[in-house]
Amino acid sequence: MQITVVGEEPRFAYDRVHLSAYFDGTPAAELAIASRERYQELGIETILGDRVEKIDRVQRIVTTGAGFRVPYDMLVLATGSKAFVPPIQNTEGLGCFVYRTIDDVLAIESYAKKVKRGIVIGGGLLGLEAARALKELGLTTTVVEFAPRLMPMQLDAVGGRMLRSRIESLGVTVRSDTNSTGVVLDEHRRVKALALADGSRIETDLILFSAGIRPRDELARESGLAIGARGGIVIDDHCRTNDAHIYAIGECALWQNKIYGLVGPGYTMARTAAGQIWGEAHHKFEGADMSTKLKLMGVDVCSFGDAFGATEGARGMSVVDEYRDVYKRIILSADGKKLLGGMLVGDSTDYDYLSALARDGSELPAVLESLLVAPGEARPQLALGDNSVICSCNNVTKGAICAAIQGGVTELAPLKKCTKAGSGCGGCVPLVTSVLKAELIAMGQTVSNAICEHFDHSRQELFHLIKVGRIKSFPEMLHKHGRGLGCEICKPTVASILASTWNEHILEPKHAPLQDSNDYFMANIQKDGTYSVVPRVPGGEITPEGLIAIGQVGKKYGLYTKITGGQRIDLFGARAEQLPDIWGELIEAGFESGHAYGKSLRTVKSCVGSTWCRYGVQDSVGLAVRVELRYRGLRSPHKLKGGVSGCTRECAEAQGKDFGIIATEKGYNLYVCGNGGMKPKHAQLLIGDLDEPTLLKMIDRFLMFYVRTADRLQRTSVWLENLEGGMDYLRKVVVEDSLGLGAELEADMQSIVDSYRDEWKVAVEDPEKRKRFRHFVNSDQTDDNVVFVQERGQIRPARQDERRYLRVVS
Amino acid sequence: MSQSWTRVCALEEIVPDTGVCALIGMRQVAVFRLGADQVFAIGNHDPFSRANVLARGIVGDRSGRPKVASPIFKQNFDLQTGVCMDDPSVSVPAYQTRVCDGIVEVGEVLTSTLRPGNTGSLSEVQSA
Repeated sequence: MQITVVGEEPRFAYDRVHLSAYFDGTPAAELAIASRERYQELGIETILGDRVEKIDRVQRIVTTGAGFRVPYDMLVLATGSKAFVPPIQNTEGLGCFVYRTIDDVLAIESYAKKVKRGIVIGGGLLGLEAARALKELGLTTTVVEFAPRLMPMQLDAVGGRMLRSRIESLGVTVRSDTNSTGVVLDEHRRVKALALADGSRIETDLILFSAGIRPRDELARESGLAIGARGGIVIDDHCRTNDAHIYAIGECALWQNKIYGLVGPGYTMARTAAGQIWGEAHHKFEGADMSTKLKLMGVDVCSFGDAFGATEGARGMSVVDEYRDVYKRIILSADGKKLLGGMLVGDSTDYDYLSALARDGSELPAVLESLLVAPGEARPQLALGDNSVICSCNNVTKGAICAAIQGGVTELAPLKKCTKAGSGCGGCVPLVTSVLKAELIAMGQTVSNAICEHFDHSRQELFHLIKVGRIKSFPEMLHKHGRGLGCEICKPTVASILASTWNEHILEPKHAPLQDSNDYFMANIQKDGTYSVVPRVPGGEITPEGLIAIGQVGKKYGLYTKITGGQRIDLFGARAEQLPDIWGELIEAGFESGHAYGKSLRTVKSCVGSTWCRYGVQDSVGLAVRVELRYRGLRSPHKLKGGVSGCTRECAEAQGKDFGIIATEKGYNLYVCGNGGMKPKHAQLLIGDLDEPTLLKMIDRFLMFYVRTADRLQRTSVWLENLEGGMDYLRKVVVEDSLGLGAELEADMQSIVDSYRDEWKVAVEDPEKRKRFRHFVNSDQTDDNVVFVQERGQIRPARQDERRYLRVVS
Repeated sequence: MSQSWTRVCALEEIVPDTGVCALIGMRQVAVFRLGADQVFAIGNHDPFSRANVLARGIVGDRSGRPKVASPIFKQNFDLQTGVCMDDPSVSVPAYQTRVCDGIVEVGEVLTSTLRPGNTGSLSEVQSA
């Protein structure tokens, strides 16, 4: 198919939505949606800086102003809209502008250099974007709105007031309920003032009209196509006009008497028209969700669903926080069971969750107020000094990373390349990422929480989407909320959320492709591509028979053995194809997976406790065994470790764990959010003197709250640092149940506990799953690249310098 | 030069969106199945870790280009060209693939990916 694009503007298609980004220093070229090369690659002819003057619908030829005649089989009109300039006096004076194109922006910029004051007429979405642009250009800026409030289409009176308060605090004057009657010009026909209906004037040098849009339908009108009473080219559900050879899409098109002034519906129409032309009849335009999530002058504004409560019997519920200038309003069905819509000003954290709830019509939590309180808002609050080493592999300090960011390296991949931070073992990448985010925020840039290019959501938002939408697989998730094929970031993240929500086996065919190699082979990959095996030893308690069984397996398969820090035994040097046999024998001897490979609960370490120790006051081993068995296999954002000490001497180092229990005369003290590793952190006391059932209840809530709200690869300590309100907030949620989530968190945990199965047992018993472990799909040979040498009586991988020699002799 | 194709396994044997490792002559080739019927093949040897592991990586796309992430240090490789997307000076060989009667077949090294170090075609290696 030969495609020709004719455009009036001299540029290739660009992102008009982000026009004001030009004033943040984004070069015009970067607003481009596609480059010249991309057009060439796709074989699309372009005629730019020229416009179609005439459509000959009989011969099917368009003629441009420059005289080109382009024949067509199918024609798509995407002529967009123009700014509406109200019918008042002198709007053609020097210093009057509209805000639609890059050329408009360039003209405003050049005029603004010579003047000091500017007025924007229109306090809607575009008007506020334009006001931001004038402010960036250094003008004293006033917004004049005819309606009694800002953004009258999206916000109610309270929301408008909150937005106004935020915007005024940025130094922009807002005049709502104000009707202008004309532009006052000086003798050189330059703008001098804006005249108002009450007879007063506002002195100004520049006026920007942004009071709405009107469809560009003049070409269609002259060609005799059907036009709506108030403008717009009439289209059907296929985006077809009343001429079967002509389609219309975007802001020039009128569908069911509606014009959509948002980019999303425009893209949907484009897909519909393209699908129809290509002969795929199922493509239809069926209206669009007008939910919006915006950042206007740094202020979050969202509106979704039935934001104004137009539904019969609907009732509202709001939070008005005049300290933070935050307004949240939700609209509920008459029976309080369904969320219908809402609006948010000043804080968009809950937008994805709430708008998903409204779309899906899911049943709401019992305590409706909890919808208005954000669980665990993540705010980077890094308290590290410039000299602290972030990447210990390459000895890179926070100062060095910040310097690179300030020098313009604002994305993770180039930042890793230029500073070398995170390019070694990769363990510090989450930390580098939070330094990057914090630094960008400090520099006043907006930061995306998107986990990767395939989803525009944070892990917490993905969790809500999966839970609320009852999503059971990655393809379903990608289809509903993402794009592309996925990657090594989003796939394991979604797999982990699916596992901690529905607990299906990780090697089910729909889940297997999502797993990191460690989870796929249910073992820890080592530098030479072999794996290590760690059977679970709950609480570190093991019988002599158990020790002998592990020893026999190690001996039979020639494995290297080492005691781990979590009171278990690690067997190294297993080839992928040996894993099912090794596990067959371990399971036979009564062992099960230790999940050392997963982002999941690892161990609950214990001291020997009151059963043997003369100081112990409680049976720490017994409790550790029960706790480890309760939470075994729980998938989480990062690995989790626990500890139980039988007395205050703390021999199990429970305060260095994600959750640690220390026995007292009266019961147990629960400490949370500690860890060893790269940045050791002491756990803090959550609550003291608990009996065992209450203790387990608190751990259930704590762990599930973490699993729900933490970022990918965020350990409990970092999660706590980023939790607004810190330990006090966490205590309120977990102990005092301030969000009313307690019962739900406990029930979620109980369902994970009840559905536990040993992953390795399931895999060993299933011939299909066993097959995955061979090295070659077409041969029984083994990988000859795996070479061991002996050291201190055991094997280890051969070094590169040893290999050449070994190859020759073997 | 006539084309030489090596039959590797049934398409059904590769779980969609995963890879397997095939031994072709003396070479280890990572063969990936994307979705129902797209098949790609690149060398299995990860030049960064020097381990034979690329078949065990997670597949996906970067800006629409199919790729695999090494399971060891997570570098991404373009499945069509074998070029490392994080460091284009590094690459692994990429091979032609096709599916005949439900059987996956691997062909020659794609010439566009031939670089000093990526030697010759499979048939040459086999005959050597």
